[in-house]
Amino acid sequence: MDTKFWVIQAFNGVSYGALLFLLASGLSLIFGVMRIVNLAHGSFFLLGGYVALTVIWTTNSWLLALPVAALVIGVVGLLMERVFLRPLGFDPLRQVLLTVGFAYLFQQAALDIWGGDNLDIVPPGMLKESAVVGGVYFPMYRVFMIGMAVVMGLILWLTMEKTRMGAMIRATVDDSEMARGVGIDTSRVSMFIFALGAFLAALGGVIGGAFLGIYPGLDFVILPIAFAVVIIGGMGSLTGAAVGSLLVGLADNFGKALFPEISYFTIYAPMVLILALKPTGLFGRE
Amino acid sequence: MSILEVQDIHTFYGDAYVLQGLSLKVEEGQILGLLGRNGVGKTTLVNSIVGFNPPRRGKIIFKGMDITHVSSFETVRGGMGLVPQGRRVFPSLSVEENLKVAERGAGRHGWNLERVYALFPHLRERRAQRARTLSGGEQQMLAIGRGLMTNPDCLIMDEPSEGLAPIIIQGVWEAIGKLKGEGLSILLVEQNAALALKLIDYVHVMSKGRVVYSAAPQELWANEEVKSSFLGI
Repeated sequence: MDTKFWVIQAFNGVSYGALLFLLASGLSLIFGVMRIVNLAHGSFFLLGGYVALTVIWTTNSWLLALPVAALVIGVVGLLMERVFLRPLGFDPLRQVLLTVGFAYLFQQAALDIWGGDNLDIVPPGMLKESAVVGGVYFPMYRVFMIGMAVVMGLILWLTMEKTRMGAMIRATVDDSEMARGVGIDTSRVSMFIFALGAFLAALGGVIGGAFLGIYPGLDFVILPIAFAVVIIGGMGSLTGAAVGSLLVGLADNFGKALFPEISYFTIYAPMVLILALKPTGLFGRE
Repeated sequence: MSILEVQDIHTFYGDAYVLQGLSLKVEEGQILGLLGRNGVGKTTLVNSIVGFNPPRRGKIIFKGMDITHVSSFETVRGGMGLVPQGRRVFPSLSVEENLKVAERGAGRHGWNLERVYALFPHLRERRAQRARTLSGGEQQMLAIGRGLMTNPDCLIMDEPSEGLAPIIIQGVWEAIGKLKGEGLSILLVEQNAALALKLIDYVHVMSKGRVVYSAAPQELWANEEVKSSFLGI
């Protein structure tokens, strides 16, 4: 095991972490604002991939599929929040149960529409090449994944930290009742965040579809990994989602490379450890 | 003309029957004091008015409109300011962000960042600091400033002296005096009767979810029976 091995594995870990960030940042924000764990979050990821495939089949454009799939699933999330979650009022337990129901509905719907085959999203040729630096091959696609996560992360961070809208979202995370007490329409904030979470997860699905594949069951494969990220990073924190994604991405890659027999252990052991030592996660609030 | 009128409201907190037919009126430009011991339902009343915990029966009329079942954020946007018990500043937001997220109704009374900083110069020095790092007194000033940023026609203040040192309370009381001077209508909920009486125009005393005594402040101060049985002084 030379330097090359470590560089490649670290790079793979970071790029996988980038994908996880797209998925988990939305999950974490939704929890922060609405106090619910969205169990349909993996479904948004999977549906994003399927919608992208349909766009690619009809228009032959991967570049178009990326925003279209994310927007379509964003609208699905928005409708789900407005039509089903909101009428339940501020009742997290019933809302969580509803998201489980939706997870199964989405799974069946995807099976009916797109069938049970394992499908692949093929990125444009340019992204299938590799850059060679110091004798090490870096697949352009993984570089693109990292770039995408960095750009989305920056946009999210700037919005959350530098705008009044972001401050209103953070106020809602801090104390939603009091946020209403200063005139913030927290129901609007929830709608926006839920749609944004769906948008980001779908974006992750399109991007991840190129190397995870798109197949029935992927929704429930990816969901617990997203949980591991937000549990380690801390629910409701963007920084937490970023750090958690990196840690899980790296742990998963090095686990698979160094101890393949127990690779799941390397993801969930840190999670268990964090739960035991700091149940709110690294950047979570009490 | 009363700006806020609570008519015979009955409010439950969980299963507990807390407000048992409470009525009161806040007159325009006046400070109405609401006194009473711990646990008589003062904060439940505040929560009923702003819609955090609406009453099961009865009516709340604000500026001539029935707001009994209007959601909190709309009531606040309509001109009801809240300085809640325990201050409840947003801990992870900076001082300035705490004020900015509450900024609305600018056309009403002209409250903005500059005026709040002029009222509490201390907050200006701390503008970039997270609210969780402020002292209790600073948090109280921030909570009041935040309430003012909503440009309220009526401000509800719930226990603004709670947990503060006397010297700090003096500053807060001076600020409330200034607000009164500008003609703001205020409902001041207090446990500390002696403090409240310095400011208020009229006083209600609460016990067991009802108003049991109403008078001018001097009258209450002279009434040893009411003082000892309902206020413990």
